[in-house]
Amino acid sequence: MMEAAARVDSMDTVPVDTIDLRREFEDVEIAPVLAQLDRELVGLAPVKTRIREIASLLLVERIRQKMGLATTFPTLHMSFTGNPGTGKTTVALRMAGILHRLGFVRRGHVISVTRDDLVGQYIGHTAPKTKEVLKKAMGGVLFIDEAYYLYRPENERDYGQEAIEILLQIMEQQREDLVVILAGYGDRMEKFFQSNPGFRSRIGHHIDFPDYSGGELLTIAELMLEGQNYRFTPEARSAFERYIAVRRTQPLFSNARSIRNALDRIRLRQANRLVSRLDRVLTAAEVTAIEATDVLASRVFNRPEAAEMQS
Amino acid sequence: MRVTQGCFSFLPDLTDEQITAQVQYCLERGWAVNIEFTDDPHPRNTYWDMWGLPMFDLRDAAGIMRELAECRRIYGDRYIRISGFDSTPGWESVRISFIVNRPEQEPGFRLNRQETVGRNLRYATESYAATRPEGERYQP
Repeated sequence: MMEAAARVDSMDTVPVDTIDLRREFEDVEIAPVLAQLDRELVGLAPVKTRIREIASLLLVERIRQKMGLATTFPTLHMSFTGNPGTGKTTVALRMAGILHRLGFVRRGHVISVTRDDLVGQYIGHTAPKTKEVLKKAMGGVLFIDEAYYLYRPENERDYGQEAIEILLQIMEQQREDLVVILAGYGDRMEKFFQSNPGFRSRIGHHIDFPDYSGGELLTIAELMLEGQNYRFTPEARSAFERYIAVRRTQPLFSNARSIRNALDRIRLRQANRLVSRLDRVLTAAEVTAIEATDVLASRVFNRPEAAEMQS
Repeated sequence: MRVTQGCFSFLPDLTDEQITAQVQYCLERGWAVNIEFTDDPHPRNTYWDMWGLPMFDLRDAAGIMRELAECRRIYGDRYIRISGFDSTPGWESVRISFIVNRPEQEPGFRLNRQETVGRNLRYATESYAATRPEGERYQP
């Protein structure tokens, strides 16, 4: 309501010809949002670029409004595609906060759903279910994870199509009230958009999440450990660097998610190492330190591919 | 005769912006918002028909305004009210209720006097609209 009131006010005032860009920029507090994003998310250059563009658009729209020029509400629906563990869900959850601070959504909450929450089980069940979810998401962001499951071409009586139609209708009619973010693996989303061309055209931002490089994965690992009050010893750090290099070549590698799982296992081994010698006094430094042996005990190093890489 | 029930009923009809603001007020206090409609405006008629289920867990009034628009499209010739139910212990009751839609013509009420024993009088009010069958009461 506050934003709406502000908009009305600025409409009433006389249009101005010149505007101090820097003051406007500082007014909307974009800089801290972007700085926070850079700090907390590693890599993901295309994503950050797009957010920066959206932020600039907001600034320009505000200025245009003050100058009495026509403004239209931009389409903000997004689709995130990328391999497993590239941060699609993490960014989507952040996106609500960002859009809220930039003034594009009124409340800034996220409703995270999958197919089960939208599609019903019998005739007449889907529409109320989908509408219920949409109502809850109004004023915020609706995040549909693994959106391609909505459409099941092999079953022509599947209720997913009904949910898609309602979604499309609301995405078109209530663009100011709701931002929809679809996420999923690249190739499957591509098929999903091919069979639902309406979706592709209603989504303003198609963002592809690239795989992380080895260095970025190491930074992510250190950020995760820091959050849990652990740290690598220098030897452990270089061991983990080797771990990443080996793990990346192995099948079923899912970027940051694999790293998180690896860290969880390393913490288990560290705990086991500490507990194995009971008769001593532990220091805080010892409890937080992760040694090279904790990393090297991983079975990733015992695979044939790993042996080849090391030789 | 203009029916005056619930909040704001002595004020001019609320605009959609004002209704949105009231609904947002309810949501920010965590009340469940309901839409109800009826064509029997008798003041003691508390059983209005519900438009769908009460709307729990909403954050923004836009979803409710959409439902209200849908309800008006179908029952635009009847009374529609919005109420906010507070479920916190100790309250557990409707905290606000206001009319958001009324028929174009409101014919008002007849007062019936019935003489009973000992020159006593019994009073009954009856809506002129309610003499017609349900569903046709406010149609021209």
